[in-house]
Amino acid sequence: MAASLAFEGVTKRYDSTRALAGIDLAIEPGSFVALVGASGSGKSTLLKTINRLVEPTEGRVLLDGQDVAASDPTAMRRTTGYVFQRIGLFPHMSVAENIAIGPRLVGEKLGEDRIGELLSLVDLDPAMASRLPEELSGGQQQRVGVARALAGNPSLLLMDEPFGALDPVTRDALGTRVRDLHETLDLTTIMVTHDMAEALILADRVLVMDGGRIVADETPQALSRGKGGEVAQELVAVPRHQAEKLKGLEG
Amino acid sequence: MIGVWDALMGLGDVLAQHVILAACAIGLGIAVALPLAVWASRSQAVSRGALGFASLVQTIPALALLALFFPILLSLRAVFGEGLPTLGFLPALLALSLYALLPILRNAVTAQTNLDPGVIEAANGVGMSFWQRLRLVEAPLAAPYVMAGIRTAAVWTIGAATLSTTIGQPSLGDPIFAGLQTQNWSLVLAGCIASAGLAIVADALLGTIEAGFRRRDRRLWLGGAIAVAVGVAAAFVSQVDWSRDDGRETIVIGTKQFSEQLILGRLVGEQLEDAGYDVEYREGLGSAVVAQAVANGSIDIYFDYTGTIWANQMKRTDNPGRDAMYEAIVKWEREVQGTRVLGKLGFENAYAFAMREDRARELGIASIEDLARAAPRLVAGGDPEWFERPEWFAVRDAYGLNFSNERNFSPTFMYNALRSGDADVIAAYTSDGRIAADNLVILEDPREALPSYDTLIILSPERANDERLIAALRPLLGSINVEAMREANFSVDRTDGDKKTPREAARWLAGEVGLE
Repeated sequence: MAASLAFEGVTKRYDSTRALAGIDLAIEPGSFVALVGASGSGKSTLLKTINRLVEPTEGRVLLDGQDVAASDPTAMRRTTGYVFQRIGLFPHMSVAENIAIGPRLVGEKLGEDRIGELLSLVDLDPAMASRLPEELSGGQQQRVGVARALAGNPSLLLMDEPFGALDPVTRDALGTRVRDLHETLDLTTIMVTHDMAEALILADRVLVMDGGRIVADETPQALSRGKGGEVAQELVAVPRHQAEKLKGLEG
Repeated sequence: MIGVWDALMGLGDVLAQHVILAACAIGLGIAVALPLAVWASRSQAVSRGALGFASLVQTIPALALLALFFPILLSLRAVFGEGLPTLGFLPALLALSLYALLPILRNAVTAQTNLDPGVIEAANGVGMSFWQRLRLVEAPLAAPYVMAGIRTAAVWTIGAATLSTTIGQPSLGDPIFAGLQTQNWSLVLAGCIASAGLAIVADALLGTIEAGFRRRDRRLWLGGAIAVAVGVAAAFVSQVDWSRDDGRETIVIGTKQFSEQLILGRLVGEQLEDAGYDVEYREGLGSAVVAQAVANGSIDIYFDYTGTIWANQMKRTDNPGRDAMYEAIVKWEREVQGTRVLGKLGFENAYAFAMREDRARELGIASIEDLARAAPRLVAGGDPEWFERPEWFAVRDAYGLNFSNERNFSPTFMYNALRSGDADVIAAYTSDGRIAADNLVILEDPREALPSYDTLIILSPERANDERLIAALRPLLGSINVEAMREANFSVDRTDGDKKTPREAARWLAGEVGLE
């Protein structure tokens, strides 16, 4: 059952700077939302208020109607998938141990079958289970990162620049794979990215952030038709321009 | 080299004590450093403070750090009561643990700061609690670095532990210090070889554990850990007193660092063994340390000299004459220290000015008055304490001594300096065997500026009225004349021919003065 999310006046201040300026937002269960914006726009900070890696200065975040500030952060994180750019596989643990870490924290053992199944979900050979992370390519490592995030049967998947460090081919393949998993596993997915093309292709709702505020909240279709305002359209212009150039090359 | 081999074979007991001391100190260092490192990784202020303190400790010379724990523990008796030991194992353990702290702490903190931030974010992201993160992620990843720090600490501690001899804790420093005093180089070499060998073995075993952690090879690190545990356990087992039930009382004899004290210790020790006691020796203690040790009962018996007690402990600068001084010391020891002066052994070991006979004749010097006239052209030598001692100030002021240069030598090298002409006159000891052997003359002291130095047997408060012990010691009183003592001292100090160990010299002395 996919999770619902709501932000109510969420503000985050670091000393004098304001990273989030009163965010109000509701996210429907089962939606795939992309948070897009330049560096420092507040998109990562907003994502991390959900699993409490960042605590808001003001306002509250509701997960399935419950204020996350009232929950035990460790328990809540164990049931929330989290994938991020630096991947963060534990280098001293095998692939299988990395995937099984969440259940292990609550004393559950993940069976070999389930680990194999999770590896298959992210298009990896189940035989890789016994390898160490250092023996894998960057793309393979992030696939394991996604498998680890899914191991606890989450209803919410948070991704912070998940494909930012990957080569374009892997990036495309893994993005498509995650979009499929989002459907089949009935997830609510929030993905932070600075790449508008990725957002337009994968998400069904794109939020553009600038200076700690949400400046556009549109469907990919609406954005590509020119809606969403100046900041959003500057971001959309980049892939559009690239696409036109490519088309020009084809003659 | 046969001497070195024999000396090595006799080091089993001090080796075991050395292993126990070093292992406990490293263990305590780890127990303090690791929690501190975890705390430091969560707080910049703690990190700076802890590392700053550990670095500061590191700048204190190990010998001074060991010595400092004596007054520290003495003052802590106000809190922990009179039973708190101020000498021996406890101060050595504490000083060495402090010393071991820095490398372990620094490596542990460095390992934590160098952890991949992505791994920490992942640990938090998957929902690890503080302890889960520490146990499952930070500890295993920091382990090889922490182990490298422990390795460094172990090598330092094993080396520095040799210095704990000076505060009454038996260690591999015993043969080194004893050998230095008696110029028995086989003994020094044996102590050094054993200490270095121990450090190399410890380094190799801990290195195996480190490699095991690094390669995540459980067999490797477990094997190393078991080898270390077996070695330490063997040392402990060897120190268990299996003969506990023989009903013999144990007497602890403390001695200062020079040959005469070592000989007297063995002389009295053998007498007591004949009388049915077990005897332990704390050899090579500092002058102030040994006096405190007998007062607080860490040792039962020691030997001191009237002039030393008068000046160093009673802080007196006057000279009331030999008998009055003795009476005052007996009273002071009883009333202030609670100790008992059992009596005089029969000889003096006083400070006196000595010159080579030919040089004295050439300069026409027979007394300190003659010396004062020639002093501006002469170089005087003394042991490291001499030119700071009240006796020196007294004799200097009494005769107006003003040398062209004053030089410090270790007692052994002081005599060599006289022989080589690096010093014209030295502050020698009257019971020193080298006075006769080197053909030296003792200058007269017509103004009696130098106090007397009768050798005393002093008992701890617990033994002050032990009639059985006193009966065993009484035959020693007044039994040793200065000529016999000089000869015994020389037989240990000499570097050629018929060199004896303190024990052999003690046996010879016992026969010479009719104690057998």
